[in-house]
Amino acid sequence: MNKSPVDEALSLDALRAGDRNEFARLVDLFSGRIYRLALQITGNTQDAEDVLQETFLKAFHALPGFEGRSSLSTWLYRIAVNEALMILRRQKVQFSLAEDNESNDEEKTEALQLVDWCCLPEDELQSTETRRVLEEAIQRLSPALRVVFLLRDVEGLSVKDTADSLGITESAVKVRLLRARLRLREELSAYFSERMEK
Amino acid sequence: MSEQKHCHDLIETLSDYVDGNLNPVLCEELERHLRECPNCRIVVNTLRKTIELYQKEAQEETLPDDVRERLFRRLDLTSFLK
Ligand SMILES: [Zn+2]
Repeated sequence: MNKSPVDEALSLDALRAGDRNEFARLVDLFSGRIYRLALQITGNTQDAEDVLQETFLKAFHALPGFEGRSSLSTWLYRIAVNEALMILRRQKVQFSLAEDNESNDEEKTEALQLVDWCCLPEDELQSTETRRVLEEAIQRLSPALRVVFLLRDVEGLSVKDTADSLGITESAVKVRLLRARLRLREELSAYFSERMEK
Repeated sequence: MSEQKHCHDLIETLSDYVDGNLNPVLCEELERHLRECPNCRIVVNTLRKTIELYQKEAQEETLPDDVRERLFRRLDLTSFLK
């Protein structure tokens, strides 16, 4: 299994044995990433905090049985994603991770916005307003597309680890990743092309 | 086949291309097309930039202190709060 340098620094034996000190280190290593992921899936700070707490509570209880077949980070992400999706379901957000909506998405694959905004100055690309636009664009993706983009592109998981975390196939990850990336590109292009006209 | 049809077909390969995972044959075909097609070059460049912006945004975010404190309390780890 691939292990990130972060995972290596922790002692799995100590974690499995319930060592509090080691568990506190695990929490500090991953809580920022888990919180950010939860915030972007749920779109709400209170929900994100609930996900964060539940994830580490569950992890602590499940650690003695952790076999290390996936990396610790992938394992934690899987718990966190499940918690976050459970909250969405409770809020009656209709979706399914297993749903196959490839045919629906087909027509939207076309790239329509053809403005080259790469050359915009960095302070424009990273302004507060741009951050808001990024946030809104990702919230408009369906949860099934959003989690794939977040795990793969934002958290940097491999295609395989993303698939494992979500319990879907690698080819489903690839299809959704392409759709998610293209849609976000469309949204950002629409926004930046307006800025370039000014 | 029209130029546009070609662009449409190649769009399916873009994700693998920006990840560096596209197989050599398709990669060569795409790069040949990119040299001749300014529109597809824009799509590739802005696609890369889109991913980069989301990654940069994420790096700037850290766990708020009060969230961390409540987390440690909930996990019975208050003695490790520094
Ligand atoms: Zn083209």
